[in-house]
Amino acid sequence: MNDFTNLGVKAIRDGVAGGDFSAREVAEAFNAAVAGAAELNAFILTTPDHALAAAERVDADRAAGKPLGKLAGVPIGMKDLFATRGVQTTAASHILEGFEPEYESTVSQNLWNAGAGMLGKLNLDQFAMGSSNETSYFGNVSSPWRKEGTNAAMSPGGSSGGSSAAVSARIAPAATGTDTGGSIRQPAAFTGICGIKPTYGLCSRWGVVAFASSLDQAGPMARDVTDCAIMLEAMAGFDPKDATSLDMPVPAWEAGLDADLRGKKVGIPREYRMDGTDPEILDSWERGKEWLRDAGAEIVEVSLPHTKYALPAYYIVAPAEASSNLARYDGVRYGMRELPEGAGLQDMYAATRAAGFGDEVKRRILIGTYVLSAGFYDAYYNQAQKVRALVSRDFNEAFKQCDVILAPTTPTASFPLGEMSDDPLAMYLNDVFAVPASLAGLPAMSVPAMTNKDGLPLGLQLVGKAFDEQGVLNAGLAIEQRAGFSARPEKWW
Amino acid sequence: MGVARPANAQAMSVDKATVAKIASLARIKMGDEELERMVPELNNILAWVEQLGEVDVSGVEPMTAVIPNHLRLRDDVVDADPLTGGGKRDDVLANAPAAEHGFFGVPKVIE
Amino acid sequence: MSKYRIQGVTGEWEVVIGLEVHAQVVSKSKLFSGAATAFGAEPNAQVSFVDAAMPGMLPVLNAECIRQAVRTGMAIEAQINKWSRFDRKNYFYADLPQGYQISQLYHPLVGEGSLHIEADEKAGIPEDKVIGIERIHVEQDAGKLMHDQHPTMSYVDLNRCGVALMEIVSKPDMRSPAEAGAYVRKLRSILRYVGSCDGNMEEGSMRADVNVSVRRPGEEFGTRTETKNVNSVRFVMQVIEYEANRQIDLIESGGAVEQETRLFDPGTGTTRTMRSKEDAHDYRYFPDPDLLPLELEDAFLEECRASLPELPDAKRARYVGDLGLSEYNARELTAEVETFARFETLLAATAKGIGKPEREVATQVANWALSIAPGVINALGAEANPARATAEAQAAILDMQAKGEISGGQAKEIFELVLKTGRDPQEIAETEGLKQLNDTGAIESVIDEVLAANSDKVEEYRSGKDKLFGFFVGQTMKALQGKGNPAVVNQILKDKLG
Ligand SMILES: [Mg+2]
Ligand SMILES: [Zn+2]
Repeated sequence: MNDFTNLGVKAIRDGVAGGDFSAREVAEAFNAAVAGAAELNAFILTTPDHALAAAERVDADRAAGKPLGKLAGVPIGMKDLFATRGVQTTAASHILEGFEPEYESTVSQNLWNAGAGMLGKLNLDQFAMGSSNETSYFGNVSSPWRKEGTNAAMSPGGSSGGSSAAVSARIAPAATGTDTGGSIRQPAAFTGICGIKPTYGLCSRWGVVAFASSLDQAGPMARDVTDCAIMLEAMAGFDPKDATSLDMPVPAWEAGLDADLRGKKVGIPREYRMDGTDPEILDSWERGKEWLRDAGAEIVEVSLPHTKYALPAYYIVAPAEASSNLARYDGVRYGMRELPEGAGLQDMYAATRAAGFGDEVKRRILIGTYVLSAGFYDAYYNQAQKVRALVSRDFNEAFKQCDVILAPTTPTASFPLGEMSDDPLAMYLNDVFAVPASLAGLPAMSVPAMTNKDGLPLGLQLVGKAFDEQGVLNAGLAIEQRAGFSARPEKWW
Repeated sequence: MGVARPANAQAMSVDKATVAKIASLARIKMGDEELERMVPELNNILAWVEQLGEVDVSGVEPMTAVIPNHLRLRDDVVDADPLTGGGKRDDVLANAPAAEHGFFGVPKVIE
Repeated sequence: MSKYRIQGVTGEWEVVIGLEVHAQVVSKSKLFSGAATAFGAEPNAQVSFVDAAMPGMLPVLNAECIRQAVRTGMAIEAQINKWSRFDRKNYFYADLPQGYQISQLYHPLVGEGSLHIEADEKAGIPEDKVIGIERIHVEQDAGKLMHDQHPTMSYVDLNRCGVALMEIVSKPDMRSPAEAGAYVRKLRSILRYVGSCDGNMEEGSMRADVNVSVRRPGEEFGTRTETKNVNSVRFVMQVIEYEANRQIDLIESGGAVEQETRLFDPGTGTTRTMRSKEDAHDYRYFPDPDLLPLELEDAFLEECRASLPELPDAKRARYVGDLGLSEYNARELTAEVETFARFETLLAATAKGIGKPEREVATQVANWALSIAPGVINALGAEANPARATAEAQAAILDMQAKGEISGGQAKEIFELVLKTGRDPQEIAETEGLKQLNDTGAIESVIDEVLAANSDKVEEYRSGKDKLFGFFVGQTMKALQGKGNPAVVNQILKDKLG
C-alpha cells in the first residue's frame, strides 16, 4: 500500500486523475496523519468530514467521466484566517472563538471549486501578528524540526506556522498562508518548504480576516515549487468583491515552469548583507548565486538603498491599519462578549477587547492607535508611507538592471519556542529581509536551500517584478533542482 | 543584527498616562500593572521607528496604491451578489451574542 | 431693514453660523455594499455581511453615489476633484459596526462652491447673499439605536448603516437664523432638482449639524459649538436662536464658550452637551487601505454635467425673462420640483391647446397653478380627488377660459366637478350649462330690456354720472344669469349708451 502522505499536490492530482488511487484513500491517509500529529498543535480544528466529502465528490465525478479541477482529490490545510462557511474561524484569537461565518472566503471557495478538500483550520499567530507562532490563543505550534541533539520545541515561524508545520510534517500536502510582512516566506524557510506571496491584488482578500489591508496577501505553502504553482493558480483570480483585486486573467504558471535561466539577470541587493547576519545564511546565499549562475543566469549587484528603513516603516503602517481593522471586534455582532456587572456600552467594548485579544495584538493596536492619533499622523504614518514609496522606487530602479532578486529569506534559522518571546523588537527583526517586498507589493518566494550545522533548514528568497510570478517560480525551480534539498524532520510526534 | 537601534534615541516617548489614554482610545481595558509593562515595550518600539525621521522624503508622495491600479466602481444594483447583498437577517444575526426581535442587543446607551 | 443683531446686556452681538448638512444620496444600493436603501424595512433586513462588518468583508464603491455627488457639486458650481480618496474616521459606537466610518477628510470629491439665497424682507433677509460652500464629501451613514424597547438594552438596527451620504459643508457665512433657514431650503431645493437627495427631513434624508458662535460685530470669530443632527428648517433656526443667546449670556456673565458637540431637544427648543461622544475627538483619520484613490475620467464628468436639469436660479430667471412672470410667481413656481413640473406641463398643454406662444398664456397659467387651482382643491377638502387634476383637464379649462367660452367663475365650478367626479371639462361645460353667452344678438336684446327698464338711470349716465356703467353691467349679467361674456356685454353697453 502506498503511503499517500509522501505525495505532494501534483502527484496526488495526477494519481487521482489517472485512476492510480482514489481521492478518498488520499483523504483518509491525511486525515489519519492529522489525527496522529496533535502534539504539533498545527490545527485549531480538524475537519476530516470536509476532506472526505470533497474526495468523494471528486471520485464520483471521475467515475462519471466529468472533467476534474486543478486540485481534484488534494486535501489541504486552511489557515484559520480564511472564513469558512459553517466552520469555526478564529484568527487564533479568543475574541472570535466559536465564530462560524455564514460565508466562504473567495480564496477557499476557489480551492473547493478546483476540487480540493479541507483537512482542518490551521493554527497561526493571533490575527497573523507574530513570527514564531507563539501568540495563538490556542497554544504554540511546534515545528516538526528539532535542533540536532536537543528535544527543545522549535518555532515553525509565523504567522503561517500551523501551515508550515503541517506541510513539513507531511500531514498536509499543501496549505494556504497569508503574508503581510513575511508570514508565508519566513515559516516556509524555517521548515524547509516552499511558499510564495504573489503580487498584491492577485489573490482576493474577501473573507480573509484583515490584519493590514495594504499588505495582506494570500499564497500557497507546499513542498516544492511546482506544487506552489498549482496551488496559486487555483487560489488566484479577479474578485469584484475586493476593490484592490487585480482584474487580469490567471497565468498558467504550472505549464510555464522552466528552470532554464539563460538570458536572465539575477540581482543581489548590496544592502541585504547586514552586519551580524549568520554566516551560514550568507553561505546559503552564495550557493544560491552559484545555482542560478549554473542555470544560465547572470548575477549582478543591485542597490536597494532604503532597505534599512523598510522594517520600521512596516511597523508603523501595519499596526496603524491593524488598529483600525480590529476595531470591529467589539462583542456586538459576533465573537465573545465580556459584560461586567453594570457595564455600559463602552465598558463592554473595553472589557471584551481586553479579554479577547492577546498581548501582541494589544501591543500592535496600541502602537497603531498612537501613530495615528492627533498630532502624530504626519510624523509617523505619512512619513512611513513616504518611505514605503521610496522602498518601492528602489525595487523599480533595481529591476531596470535585473529580472529577479535573490536574497536570504530570514536572518537566522528557526529558534526554540520561548527564546525570543520576551523581546518584541528582536522578534520583529526576523522579517527584515521579507518586509521590503511586502511594502512594495511584489511577488516573493522562499525555497529551501540547505540545512545548517544544527540540521535546521535555511531558505532563499526570490523577489520578482510585479505580476512576474512566473519569473519567481522559475528561479525557485532552478534553485530547487540544484539544491537537492531532501532533508526531512524525524517523526517524534 | 543588521538593523541598528538609533544611537540618539531622543524619541517622543510615552508615559503611563499616555499609554492609558491610547488604551482607552483603542477600547482595551488595562490595569496598572499591564500599563506599566507596556510603557517600556512601546517606547522601545517607538524609539526604533524614530529612525524613519532620518530619511529625506522631500518631494516624495506618500504611497497610495502599492500596485498601480485604479479604483473600480460597481453598478448600483441591489443584491447583485448575495454575498454582499442584504435580505439575510438570520445570517447576519447568527453569531450575535445578544440578538432579540431581529435586532442586535447592546447594554443600554444613554446619549 | 437692518442686519440681525442680538442685544446683550453689554452691547450688540453678531451670530456666525456654518452648517454641515448630511444629505442621503438617492441610490438603490448602499455606498459600499449591495444591500438595499429603501426606507422603512424590517430591522436588519437590508444588511449585508459588509454592512455588519463581518471579518474579512471589504467595501466596493457604488458608481451611482459618486455620480450623484458630482452632479450635486456641479449644481453648486463647485470644483470637482478628479482625484479624491476615502479615509477612515475611527471611533467606537454601537451604530458603527466597523469601528470606523468611511468618509473623506484629506481629499474630498467636491471642493469649493457657492449657493445664492434671495432677499426676503418679510423673512428677515434684507438682501441677496452668496453663501460659500467649503466642500462636499461622500461618506457612510451609521445604523440606528433604539433605547426604549428593553429595560436594560439598546437595540441596534443596521438598515441605514452604509447608506451613502453627502456631507455638504458651508463656510461660516450666515449671520441670522433666517439666512440659515433660507440656505437649508435652497439647498434642499437644489438637491431635489438634481435628484441626488429626496430632501425628506422627517425620514432623516437631510440632517444639519449647526455650528454657532457669537462675536462683537467686526471682531474675530468666537468659539463655536456644534449641534448635531437637526432635522427641520424650523429646528435649525431654533438651535441658532437658543445657542446664540446661551453663548451671549455665558460670555456676559464672565464665562467662556466651550467647543463641544451638543444635542437639540425639540420638545423644549434647547440644546445640551452630548455626553456619549465626549472622548471621541481623536478620530485617527487615515486613508482607507481597502480602497484605492478615486480617479474620475472626463467622459464621466461630461455625462454628469449633461444630465443636470435646469436649476432653480436659471429657471427663475427664465420665468421672469422669457415667460414674463412676476418675480413673486417665478419664485413660488420654482421653489419645489413638483410645483414647477406641474406648471410646465400645464403651460405646454395650455399653449398648445390655445395655439399661442407660452409667453402669452404663462401669467394666466401661473395664477391658475399658484392660487386658483390650489384654492379650489383646499376648499373642497376631502371631497376632492387631486389625482383627477390632470394637466389635460386643467389645460382644457384654461383653454375654454382663454377663448372666452367660460368665465373665471365657471372655470372654478368646472374644476370643482372635475375634482369630484373626474368627468371631462368640456362635457361638464356643455351639460351643466357652464358656458358664457357670446351671442351678440341675444345679449343685445337683454341689454335693450335693461336700458328700457331703467331709462332714468340712462339719463343720469348720459348727463355725466359715469359710475353708473357698472350698474348696467350688473343688471345685464343678472338677467343673463351670469353667463354673459363680460367683454361682449361691456362693448355693447358702451355702444348703446354712447
Ligand atoms: Mg459634523
Ligand atoms: Zn459627516
